[in-house]
Amino acid sequence: MITQVKRQDHYAELFLRSLDNNDQPEWLKALRSNAFDYFLINGFPSVEDEEWKYTSTAPIAREKFELAENAAEIPSIENFLISESKESRIVFFNGQFVKEASNLSALKGIKVLSFSEALNDSVSEKFIRENLANHVSYNKNGFTALNTAFIDEGLFLLIPANYRLEVPIQLLFLATQEKMAFPRVLIVAEKQSCLTLIESYSGFESEKYFTNSVIEVTLSEGAELKHYRIQRESSEAFHITNTSIQISKNATYDSTNITFGAKWSRHDIVTNFHGEGGQAFVDGLYMVSGEQHTDTHSVIDHRFAYCTSRQNYKGIIDGKSRAVFNGKVFVRENARGTDAHQSNKNLLLSNEARVDTKPQLEIFNDDVRCSHGATVGQLEDEEIFYLLSRGINPMLARNLLTYGFAEEIINKITVDSVKQMLDETLLNRLSAKL
Amino acid sequence: MLLEVRDLHAGIEGKEILKGLNLQINKGEVHAIMGPNGSGKSTLAKVIAGHPNYEVLKGEIIYKGKNLLEMEPDERAREGIFMAFQYPVEIPGVSNSQFLRLAYNEKMKHLGCEELDPIEFNDLLKEKAKLVQMDADFLKRSVNEGFSGGEKKRNEILQMAVLEPRLAILDETDSGLDIDALRIVADGVNKLRTSENAIILVTHYQRLLNYIEPDFVHVLADGRIVKSGDKKLALELEEKGYDWVKAAA
Repeated sequence: MITQVKRQDHYAELFLRSLDNNDQPEWLKALRSNAFDYFLINGFPSVEDEEWKYTSTAPIAREKFELAENAAEIPSIENFLISESKESRIVFFNGQFVKEASNLSALKGIKVLSFSEALNDSVSEKFIRENLANHVSYNKNGFTALNTAFIDEGLFLLIPANYRLEVPIQLLFLATQEKMAFPRVLIVAEKQSCLTLIESYSGFESEKYFTNSVIEVTLSEGAELKHYRIQRESSEAFHITNTSIQISKNATYDSTNITFGAKWSRHDIVTNFHGEGGQAFVDGLYMVSGEQHTDTHSVIDHRFAYCTSRQNYKGIIDGKSRAVFNGKVFVRENARGTDAHQSNKNLLLSNEARVDTKPQLEIFNDDVRCSHGATVGQLEDEEIFYLLSRGINPMLARNLLTYGFAEEIINKITVDSVKQMLDETLLNRLSAKL
Repeated sequence: MLLEVRDLHAGIEGKEILKGLNLQINKGEVHAIMGPNGSGKSTLAKVIAGHPNYEVLKGEIIYKGKNLLEMEPDERAREGIFMAFQYPVEIPGVSNSQFLRLAYNEKMKHLGCEELDPIEFNDLLKEKAKLVQMDADFLKRSVNEGFSGGEKKRNEILQMAVLEPRLAILDETDSGLDIDALRIVADGVNKLRTSENAIILVTHYQRLLNYIEPDFVHVLADGRIVKSGDKKLALELEEKGYDWVKAAA
């Protein structure tokens, strides 16, 4: 108990300093304070919490990361940039949106503002007040509470009605040694707008830091978002993201969530339907090895009729690593005509690797088409033999099949350089050539 | 002699299926192995290819003067043995051309020849695909994924065309094919037939042999070859059924 108090003292000191040094409006300071109070009382989630049953937060709680100073010098980011987003990249460094490192020249038609700018812009201010922390439960999750408590220079993106952005936007989140970063992003896509977003997390070789981000997205009627989340944090990093997606009538959310990096990572993604005819594709791939630990918790909530959801998550677990997948799909009483399918397939590449998967489907309406399933297995002998019988050696045969297993997810990605980069990472990890 | 099987006893999961099989194959020959279900035709094919689930209990197989049973399945393939599967396996996420280039280059490396880069290989592949009337589109698709039965069998023959085996075993390649697909597959095989290679056709029906003419026909029953002859034997079988041979044996 004593350590618990001490640990929170560390955060309390940082929190108070951060709150004092900020001229945010009172409502925002109040929100931050409420969130911090929750964290002070509850701390980080414990494994007694059903949602955290397989993921211990103790390794993070033990650490004392520092909050980054403003105006720190930004290291070279060249290696992390996506060529399609040369003129549409938004850079976060140690949790803060840094305009100077960003390039917004292809984004003139939309609003790209830091929180401090947005709060001085009457249109944006209203959006922020109405949407910030509206759907993410900072009062249920200590990490989200902590992120909310440390809201500083976040990013506000507003895509105007009918605006179709042709270039993909890259959000690059970079963190460095011993820092903790609390990136916060709020995106509002107005009616019939269309956008591709690449949310990428990176770090430098074996640096140890803690990224704790919250991404909130509201899709208005008929809006479309393609969302690629690429987590390639450094091998010693801690990473957690809470993604919250609100889908209005006839809007489409199509996401692919890739997890390669971090020593310890967790992704909570909640997708809520707010009108009829919405569509959600929430797919992902986690590939871990060594002593990595990764946890995905997904909720897809069908609250309205005639919405469609597809979830296809795949996992490749090697070495002594461990993965957790928990996917809940709710179909509420009035959600007739729901079409929901969920699948989680896992490939264990070593005897010491482990996965805990729990797909859950809760249906309260009869007029629906739903299915779900999960598998945990190894490569099929018959598949391996097929490759051997063509002269391919056993090691290469295994690598090729593992590659193929992952490709189903990676092939979905429509931004060429992202797909290519993921292919390369995958092959490097398999030390295979194709 | 390319292949010699001597007194082969083999089985699966402790059950003996082949019970003293003898077979000799020279280069340039096409042998048809026929027989009722359960006679051991597919077991023979899989034992030659080196399927790990099959166990050799007794006997030997000599291939190009070497003890085949001491070779790993992938080594056998690089040494020129090829089996067209009765049920080809689907490999999602790996394209036909990627897969074939990998297999081709493994073999080239083994032979001490130069490997081909993707562009060079694609030229080769396009030529080979014509043999089985396969569109370029097929080459980009994942191996066998979503292919019809006929397309899968054509794909097996395409692999054979690319890998140019010395000994090809076609395991019930005719099963499940309609007449058009059968003709395409058979044409492909006939074009691949040379004086340097040999082909074993494992089949239940005589139909395939109308299109690919064998030099020898063997009838397998209860794990042994009970009768051998030329192509006329297949016609006789078609007329009189397998019971006739079994009774005679």
